[in-house]
Amino acid sequence: MNSLDDLYREIILDHYRTPRNRGELPPPAVRVEGFNPLCGDEIVVHLAVTDGVIADIKLTGQGCSISQASSSLMSAAVKGKSLEQVRAVISSFKQLMTLEESVDQSPANLRSLGEIAALQGVVKFPVRIKCATLAWNTLAQALDELPS
Amino acid sequence: MATFDARMVRGDIAQFNRVINNHPLTYLDSGATTLPPRTVLEAMNRYYELHHANVHRGVYQTAAEATAIYEGAREAVATFINAPGGAEEVVFTKNATEAFNLLAKSWGASQLKSGDVVLLSEMEHHANIVPWFQLRESHGIEVRFIGVGDDFRLDLSNLDELLRGVKLVSLTGMSNVLGTINPIKDLARAAHAAGALIALDGAQSVAHSATDVQDLDVDFLAFSAHKMLGPTGIGVLWARRELLEAMPPFLGGGGMIADVSVNGFTFAPPPARFEAGTPPIAEAAGLLAAVRYMSSLGMANVAAHEADLTADALTRLAGTFGERVRIIGPSNVVDRGGVISLDVQGVHPHDVSQVLDQHGVCIRPGHHCAKPLMKRFGLSATARVSFGPYSLVQDTDALLEALADAVSMFG
Ligand SMILES: Cc1ncc(COP(=O)(O)O)c(C=O)c1O
Repeated sequence: MNSLDDLYREIILDHYRTPRNRGELPPPAVRVEGFNPLCGDEIVVHLAVTDGVIADIKLTGQGCSISQASSSLMSAAVKGKSLEQVRAVISSFKQLMTLEESVDQSPANLRSLGEIAALQGVVKFPVRIKCATLAWNTLAQALDELPS
Repeated sequence: MATFDARMVRGDIAQFNRVINNHPLTYLDSGATTLPPRTVLEAMNRYYELHHANVHRGVYQTAAEATAIYEGAREAVATFINAPGGAEEVVFTKNATEAFNLLAKSWGASQLKSGDVVLLSEMEHHANIVPWFQLRESHGIEVRFIGVGDDFRLDLSNLDELLRGVKLVSLTGMSNVLGTINPIKDLARAAHAAGALIALDGAQSVAHSATDVQDLDVDFLAFSAHKMLGPTGIGVLWARRELLEAMPPFLGGGGMIADVSVNGFTFAPPPARFEAGTPPIAEAAGLLAAVRYMSSLGMANVAAHEADLTADALTRLAGTFGERVRIIGPSNVVDRGGVISLDVQGVHPHDVSQVLDQHGVCIRPGHHCAKPLMKRFGLSATARVSFGPYSLVQDTDALLEALADAVSMFG
């Protein structure tokens, strides 16, 4: 049986109750809205990039604990990172959210993910995967919209 | 003579024997769909096993039997809602949503012109909003809304003004979010006095209290079988005969024609005119059984039982959780049905539902296809509990226990 404790880890509840990097950034920061029409989760990512590095990231939005905690964890994980590193983190996170057996869930690999590994329990609750991935898809879209 | 015992109804539903996450199933999502009793499933099975044949024009015996079942369902529905013109006023659709699309795309598109007004309310389901917006795009009609007050009831203070230029008023009998039961009879009188027709969205109300279209004096009624202990895949649009006769076909094909040649076609009279193609025959057999079953329970008994459950749940929710759990809907059972929307402070509806699922308690989070209403109350979602004829106080016990868990988990 899937335990709720796998889903609602303490780190997740903490990020839900006290979200990091809340707020907005003025232009020229990139602003992208993500929306989950099925459950109404909403994330707005504001991204300021200088010299190929995420100088600042701010988020607004509303939704369930998983969507909001995931966005908070994401913001902490990517702030100050190079765009290349950020793309790598996004792809590791997407891996974590897949149901395939082949995905490396070894302790060492999870450790390399840092705090975002707390979200691995979400895969046991497949309807909630889209809650967890919303922020990350929105961030990926923001990266695509950066002026080159 | 109707007899009602909720425990017996429950005994007719096998799903209640299931164990979900080590708890007995607590089904509190009847507003989304109801659990069909055995007799409905048996009727559908019996049809497929013994009588399955295509309806109409068949000469052999089983084809005649299938037709009799299908048309028998139409008769039963007509009696159930007290249709003045009988079975010929009952059109089978796929669900309530398709009934509204038929209404808008056939009646609306043929009878309304640019500038005509359709009056809805802020508490409508998208099924009774979007088809009218589509008609606004195609035909330039105006769509107007009756507001909802802070008491979760229709704000009728400026009804006379709102009714100006209105050709159709289309309203839900009971809100699928708030539980509010609307004064349809009064609104029908007001609509008619203003020269408008009135359509009733019975999706919620038909299963939980008696619906008499003559007493209410409405002109159209839409509902789905699956919300009244019947199967999915069949719904109803009822309209007074002369209104149906003036309506052009909705879908074209077999069954809806009077004649077809290489030069064109003429269409059949209602209700066949609106039922192109092989209809949902097994589903009609199920609906027939559901109507008989509900009639045997007695709709007044069902309404009284659900009012008791609702009153008990409202009292205990307030007593147990106080300000922590806000009820988005009337706080007493006057003109209110068994749909209770919760806003749990600090716990998102999806998380509430997730924790409840762990207790085997089925409720529904989300906007319930009523986004204008959500917006009106500044919410993106609620956690909705809804009762059916088989619900018992023990379901509320399980709900309260699971809710306490959700509240303590999120602190
Ligand atoms: C008030 C109301 N109207 C219409 C509908 C649409 O019913 P269906 O999805 O069966 O077409 C619903 C169902 O959710 C409802 O609650």
